[in-house]
Amino acid sequence: MIHTPMDKIAEATPEPLARKVRGLSDRAIAWIFVAPSIFLLLAVNIFPLIWTIRLSFTNYKVNRPNREIDFVGLRNYERILTDSDTWMTMQATAHFLIWTIVLQVLIGFALAYLLNMKFKGNDMWTTIIVFPMMLSPAVVGNFWTFLYQPQIGLFNYVVTFFTGGDPSSFSMIGDVQLASWAIVIVDTWMWTPFVMLICLAGLRSIPDSIYEAAECDRASKWRQFWTITIPMALPFLMLAVLFRGIENFKMFDLVVQLTGGGPGNTTTLTSIDLKREAFEKWRTGYSSAYAVTLFVTVFGLASIYVKALNKVKER
Amino acid sequence: MSSFINGLLRLRRGPWEMVASTLIALGVIMLMQPFALALFTYSFIVTLTGTVTFIIVSHFPE
Repeated sequence: MIHTPMDKIAEATPEPLARKVRGLSDRAIAWIFVAPSIFLLLAVNIFPLIWTIRLSFTNYKVNRPNREIDFVGLRNYERILTDSDTWMTMQATAHFLIWTIVLQVLIGFALAYLLNMKFKGNDMWTTIIVFPMMLSPAVVGNFWTFLYQPQIGLFNYVVTFFTGGDPSSFSMIGDVQLASWAIVIVDTWMWTPFVMLICLAGLRSIPDSIYEAAECDRASKWRQFWTITIPMALPFLMLAVLFRGIENFKMFDLVVQLTGGGPGNTTTLTSIDLKREAFEKWRTGYSSAYAVTLFVTVFGLASIYVKALNKVKER
Repeated sequence: MSSFINGLLRLRRGPWEMVASTLIALGVIMLMQPFALALFTYSFIVTLTGTVTFIIVSHFPE
């Protein structure tokens, strides 16, 4: 008889305990295995969420723990939703969100489509394209700040090489009009490879036999693209949009490193504004209400998106 | 249109999810639009109504 480590453990288990374990039902054993995860989920996700909702109805300030906490009802929500600065922040977030998703999906899908064609050096190009995604957002923010420098930055030289003019005549991160585009460009540069990888997985999952059947029916490449490639890659595209949408809604590190929310408040996204309210102004109750507002928005959007994704997958 | 209203009256999931989704989408557009502060003010209540409705109606029969 072979004695595995598991057998040795079983032999070493005291008899009363072993009898207890043997007496458990499958369901009970399943619960024992799942319980630590559920406990962690409750402790790390659910409890803070409920606590945040509770704090959002108070005037609590975390830097004054001994101060009496008053219940203020919906006043925090009222302040947030009538504040024109918060409104501007939402618009900046919308600009960032819409343009990054549009550009990343278009470029990511185009790159995936090209890489899906078999050619020499295919794998090498995939590795090179994926490289920006592997970098830390702090590193990316830092070196793009140098690239955007009007005097020494490469970006201005490349732009003026094509358009003409003086490289130091504009500043991407110092100009009110350009700063919002500067963060869009960097996020697109960094996260397009992620969308590309998801699209590539989608494109590679399409069986060749479908294209062969279409060829037999004399369908043009254009028609094959719109009636085979796009519908079959659509769930993957939607998944990429969901991931990037949620991630970019809470974008913080990259933008803080690049522009710090400036110039003025032009690149102050909601997460940056929220951090300022919570940890610079120490308005914990107010920032909790702010966080709840964002959570409801993301949760609602994700719900309808997941529903749409399931519908597409069912087709 | 009549099947949609019938579905609403008979508490069916499909049409009610459509209503909830429309409310959520409307709320998010109101939240991020650059035209009127009043729309921004009422965006949260619209999104919240849509989200809660969505959670409830997802338990309705097909």
